[in-house]
Amino acid sequence: MSSTRYQLPDPTVQLADDLIMRHIDNNSRVIDLGCGDGRLMQRLSDERGCHVVGVDVEQHNVTAVIGRGLSVVAADLNQGLADIPSDTFDFAVLSQTLQQVQRPKQLLTEMLRVANRGLVVVPNFGHWRVRYEVLRRGRTPITQTLPYEWHESPNLHFMSMHDFRDLMQSIGLRIVKERPIINGRAVDRPWAANLRADSAFYLLERTSVTPS
Amino acid sequence: MFANGKENATVSSRDAMGNVQTKYATLFEPPNELAFQAGTILGPTTVAYETYGSLNECRDNAVFICHALTGDAHAAGYHGNEEDEKPGWWDGFIGPGKGIDTDRYFVICANVLGGCQGTTGPGSINPATGERFCLEFPFLTVSDIVSAHSELVRHLGIEQLLAVVGGSLGGMQVLDWAVRFPDQVRGAVVLASAPKLAAQGIAFNAVGRRAIYADAGFANGKYYDGEGPRYGLSLARMIAHITYLSEDSIELKFGRRLQDSDRFAFDMQKETEFQIESYLHYQGKRFVQRFDANSYLYLTRAMDYFDLAEGHDSLADALRNVKARFLVASYDTDWLFPTGQSKELVSALLQVGKHVSFTELPCPFGHDSFLIDLEPLTRMVAPFLEQTQLAGRTPATE
Repeated sequence: MSSTRYQLPDPTVQLADDLIMRHIDNNSRVIDLGCGDGRLMQRLSDERGCHVVGVDVEQHNVTAVIGRGLSVVAADLNQGLADIPSDTFDFAVLSQTLQQVQRPKQLLTEMLRVANRGLVVVPNFGHWRVRYEVLRRGRTPITQTLPYEWHESPNLHFMSMHDFRDLMQSIGLRIVKERPIINGRAVDRPWAANLRADSAFYLLERTSVTPS
Repeated sequence: MFANGKENATVSSRDAMGNVQTKYATLFEPPNELAFQAGTILGPTTVAYETYGSLNECRDNAVFICHALTGDAHAAGYHGNEEDEKPGWWDGFIGPGKGIDTDRYFVICANVLGGCQGTTGPGSINPATGERFCLEFPFLTVSDIVSAHSELVRHLGIEQLLAVVGGSLGGMQVLDWAVRFPDQVRGAVVLASAPKLAAQGIAFNAVGRRAIYADAGFANGKYYDGEGPRYGLSLARMIAHITYLSEDSIELKFGRRLQDSDRFAFDMQKETEFQIESYLHYQGKRFVQRFDANSYLYLTRAMDYFDLAEGHDSLADALRNVKARFLVASYDTDWLFPTGQSKELVSALLQVGKHVSFTELPCPFGHDSFLIDLEPLTRMVAPFLEQTQLAGRTPATE
């Protein structure tokens, strides 16, 4: 068993943050699901003048966000967003968190209940290196974007870009924008995205017609 | 340690803060009487209060503490009249370097209207008759209590409070204050409280009041020459006290342990067999020494009537005009003011786009946790106050 463990490199976080920032309108109302210590919230507030509310389950994160003078609600995303009223936000952000919740489908639906638009960043399990690792070693892959041993991984679900598209269709959400992240860059319409992207950014919207 | 947290204050502020004293303000002198929500007017009234720390030059560091049902103005420090004196009821939280740092903030705490610890209440002399009010005291609501506090703040020359902080009935005052005097409150800290008292709370209050009414010593509230409804008031306190604890804390502290022996006495004459019985009796007895039954009746009624949404289309609608930023915290073992009630408040605040932070704190001590478990509270309230003050000093862009 490999003892190598990579840390999620900061440039990836930075890139995801930048991508999200770019898609959020000035002075809009934003809810950051799994906000951590409020890093992105601070930028949205300072640089974009947004009214931001964070959601996080960890008490130390709640305290950290309060320490930034920002608004944060302690809640477990696994329990859904029952305490957040519908249509309260313009944007809901879910960065590198979807794969860690117990019911991703429910959370995505909830996300687009409380906000008009959703911004999601998820790792792509369809990346060639992941496939190669499984094939070659016959073991749960450990890569830069999936840097954990299977037994200590916070990631509960593994989906590829294809899977994500299917899910969006089945729950009636429209992918307004899809940006595969390849070698630390967000690329518009690359070839073989599902093989080459280690993660992907999505801008989501409710479709007017809910499928049966 | 459960009663009001006094016993749990481990850090002494005796030296750091020096002795504190209760002061008295006379407010609502005619013709500017206090108009009660129920329609009666009253004035002048006396308000007992204490202050700690000092008001800064720009007067933006005043924090008002709202006490709970049976608290008083003595929130922190020592009066210095007794050798084995206990400090104020929130001494572990208020003082130099503490959660509400008196080196930075000017802290005010006042006894509630209708109370019995120095502020005008049913036990006070009615200037119109020269006799005690007893049940002639005007019907009281949380709004009336807040009107008196709010006037005290103006009387002290403070235009705007950095924050109003309170737990339980104190939290209800914070909410009423932020809604009815939005320009007076920049920060609102609501602990173990709710936007309305739920049926369960009303039920327990009803039993407590019944215990007082049923006591022959009650004499329709005119008992001040005699012993008063001692048994009734003590019983009311015993019942209420159970609701302040949690199953876990009561089990942990007392379990089924017996008071004086390892064995059952098999004696119906024996009044206290279990430790929990003895503890409750002691709490009841001690309470009678410091509290007035009429005040208990008035204040529990005020609590029953509290419903922030009253007179509005919804709770969110009631909160639409608040200007304060909110910090709301509940406790996982509090079954008198369960977390769901705080969440209802938070949802409503989010709905109308207000700045709110919320957490449920884990603590075994039930409703009383906000008086006991001060460290997690400090970790949240200290930065909240600091940031609220900062936000007030820089032109707001949020």
